Amino acid sequence: MTDEFAVEMQDVVKRFTTPEGGILAAVNHVTMQIRDGEFFSLLGPSGCGKTTSLRMIAGFELPTEGKILIHGKDVSQIAPFQRPVNTVFQQYALFPHMTVEQNIGFGLEMKGVSKVERSARVSEALEMVRLPGMEMRKPKQLSGGQQQRIALARALVNKPEVLLLDEPLGALDLKLRKEMQLELKSLQREVGITFIYVTHDQEEALTMSDRIAVMSKGVALQVDKPEAIYERPATKFVADFIGETNFLDGVVRGQTGSTVEVDLPGTGTVYIESSRTFANGQQTTVAVRPEKMTLNREISGGNSLTGRVEEVIYIGTDTHYGVRFAGSHKARVREQNVTQGQKALASIGDEAIVSFTRTSPRLLTE
Amino acid sequence: MINWLRRNKSAQGTLLISPTLVFMIGLLIIPLILTLIISFGKRSADGNVIYSFGLHNYIRLLGVSYNCSAGQTVCYDPIYTQILWRSLTLAFNSTVVVILLAYPLAYFIARSHPSRRNTYLFLVLVPLWTNFVIRVYAWMMLLRTQGLINSALAWVADLFGRPFTPLEMLYTPGAVLIGMVYEFLPFMILPIYTSLEKIDGSLYEAAADLGANAVRTFLRVTLPLSAPGMVAGTVLVFIPVMGAFVVSDLLGGKQVILVGNLIQRQFLDARDPTFGSAASLILMALTLVVMFFYTRKFGFGEEIAIT
Repeated sequence: MTDEFAVEMQDVVKRFTTPEGGILAAVNHVTMQIRDGEFFSLLGPSGCGKTTSLRMIAGFELPTEGKILIHGKDVSQIAPFQRPVNTVFQQYALFPHMTVEQNIGFGLEMKGVSKVERSARVSEALEMVRLPGMEMRKPKQLSGGQQQRIALARALVNKPEVLLLDEPLGALDLKLRKEMQLELKSLQREVGITFIYVTHDQEEALTMSDRIAVMSKGVALQVDKPEAIYERPATKFVADFIGETNFLDGVVRGQTGSTVEVDLPGTGTVYIESSRTFANGQQTTVAVRPEKMTLNREISGGNSLTGRVEEVIYIGTDTHYGVRFAGSHKARVREQNVTQGQKALASIGDEAIVSFTRTSPRLLTE
Repeated sequence: MINWLRRNKSAQGTLLISPTLVFMIGLLIIPLILTLIISFGKRSADGNVIYSFGLHNYIRLLGVSYNCSAGQTVCYDPIYTQILWRSLTLAFNSTVVVILLAYPLAYFIARSHPSRRNTYLFLVLVPLWTNFVIRVYAWMMLLRTQGLINSALAWVADLFGRPFTPLEMLYTPGAVLIGMVYEFLPFMILPIYTSLEKIDGSLYEAAADLGANAVRTFLRVTLPLSAPGMVAGTVLVFIPVMGAFVVSDLLGGKQVILVGNLIQRQFLDARDPTFGSAASLILMALTLVVMFFYTRKFGFGEEIAIT
């Protein structure tokens, strides 16, 4: 239990009683360490346990089992108002009867900070979120984006050890969202506070995070850097949830050193580099990103499979080709449209060769 | 006709309000003007109205008397100002007690499981199904000297071998207060419940997150956001208590005479509609003045919290 971790979840379980009387483990034996000063995202579809995890760190829910530590101190059973964390709520939860100044100053007031210092720190916080001079407004008089910034200022002004953000950009339109993503990231770098950010948007998580925990059904499937999560997904779920992935189911036919021979029944045989050891006859899934495949351009020392083009979708920067192979395998190949007026590499119904290197796929077993 | 109406917005408006307008002019505005005219008149020997113009009824209400002890022609008779003051303080006290009782209950209902809230609200409204006078009679049964409460106390005293003198509860100001509180409690519970129920639960979490304990969360978030409900409830309780006369008649007897009783007696027993009319208008003016200052300060309770 060293102090280098801002937050530690140790084998945390949270069970709820459902309205039907059943028991649901919203968070099921989650262990993770969030480092001091990092931008950490909890990513997953709705119902994966990410919000429940965040609420347990905030103190709104108490864990059924396990411990939560903040800078080495066990806070598992401590009330929210005694924890050194602050939250930015999904719908902002600004106090409608208070002015912006009273909203932002609320936390300081509760701590007994003098009125003079409070008003100085409130203006400072407003500067930080680039809304100076808004002190006397009521939340109702602000736009969604402005309310979002006030909620951020209200949390940050208390200089919490950890800032918790529960899908704070969810209610904003796409353009504002993208702006705020970058702004949040630079703000986090500036203040150096640990951010724990809940989102279901994988792109958002990839853009902003130092590290991401991908959650599903109450379990943290993989905790790693964005590049690692994208390039080396640990499970099919992660590979599928983050970006787009082609899954080719096959059987291991042999392994020479790090090269694994995989038979894709009916489609062909591929050779994949893997650090893991596989048994002969083991079921496996070859996971390849669409942009790591090429169409009709063979790669020396790589794998090539022959199939038929079923679909050609032009989306501006890229063209996507849907290819069906002889066995029941399918793949989507993404080719960048690099040169002006580039012709499609194949049309629907054409036979085409799909190639990829031995190192780009991942062999997944779960 | 229909097409003309479809195009003409202001005709639509006139048509929509006209039933109420006819009702209000016929049954409120005209009677009020008549009351005002009558209040300036004089009572004839057989109890009819002699139409004239004089402020004598108002002067009498303010305590100027001509039936004085020997040697004085004009003196101060506090009887009517006392009645007015009693009504005002009773309305104030009833409102305060009603708020103190209604708030925790409304809070409990608002915070209970949604599936149970309707049952609780239903229970709040059940007493209103019985005629009000019958319910006040029930209070008489409870409060009188030989009533349930005294009988129970006598039985307990007997158990311990102590002598017992029955408590005088009926026909006291306390009995009237109880009756008023009992009658108007639901009218405070419902608006407070409505405003509490509208408060977004995440505001409580935000307050806790920012370091406020339960007490401070209540004082800084819950209470101000439910104030509109209390204001609306106050309007619904204060005004009717000011004019009430059944409760004071049955539970207060001759001891507790309110403006309502005064007015009733002028019209029925004393057969002086001119003085009764003046008292009615004074009551209205007093209520309006209080409500004017109250709503100027707190609004009408329409600004239910938006989150």
